[in-house]
Amino acid sequence: MELKTKINAEEGKQFLVITREFDLPLELLFKAHVEPEIVEQWMGTKVLKLENKKHGGWQFETSDNKGNVVFRANGVFHEFIPNQKITRTFEMENAPFGVQLEFVEFEKLTDNTSKVSMLSVYKSVELRDQMLKLPFAQGLNYAHNRLQEIAGKLK
Amino acid sequence: MNLRRDVFQAIADPTRRAILMLVTSHAMTAGLIAANFDTARPTVSKHLQILTECELLKQEQNGREIYYHLNPEKMKEVADFIEPFRQMWEDRFSKLETIMKNYKTK
Repeated sequence: MELKTKINAEEGKQFLVITREFDLPLELLFKAHVEPEIVEQWMGTKVLKLENKKHGGWQFETSDNKGNVVFRANGVFHEFIPNQKITRTFEMENAPFGVQLEFVEFEKLTDNTSKVSMLSVYKSVELRDQMLKLPFAQGLNYAHNRLQEIAGKLK
Repeated sequence: MNLRRDVFQAIADPTRRAILMLVTSHAMTAGLIAANFDTARPTVSKHLQILTECELLKQEQNGREIYYHLNPEKMKEVADFIEPFRQMWEDRFSKLETIMKNYKTK
């Protein structure tokens, strides 16, 4: 099966690119990135703030089923052009990865298909590689949390 | 405390990556590997030790010489390390697609 989501992380470079094509019109793909209640569903996190405009800020937070915050991230928007692109910073709180600069571009392929590409720039190659390794290290733990999240929503 | 060596720590260093590239085509002795670098011989030896400890390199005795060659099994692990990260995004985006397909038909 062909992989829908592609990651391009060249060795020795401090950036990575994530691309994915969708069976969705461009407008719906973009909407999924700006409507807080939709973002919450597919990112599996709570949206505390999402000011979709230049100089606006955003903040996400994820808690475990006991209410302990396990993940919090924030950033600001530098560019916000509907159905075209979002340029924003991304910083995971209480994590050693520093701030990343993200260029998210949206592209119409056909009337019913579209594509997103996310370029993330890290402060150093080492930080990028650490971030890439995070899910690998978390491995089972992550899968377990996802299951709990999804199971929790089904209730 | 014994520092745990893993393959990712091993390939984080540019000299070690260069060593791995060198031995990709054929097995080499420590002396031959060292001759390719400006770094001091003991430094290269240290890198070889780390690469061997984390099993990216294997030692092979051939007469009086020890040859280093690549362990392809372990290299596969390196190639795959990005997969869980990719899978995380695959899951998110697939969910996004499902949600928006329902949204469309609403």
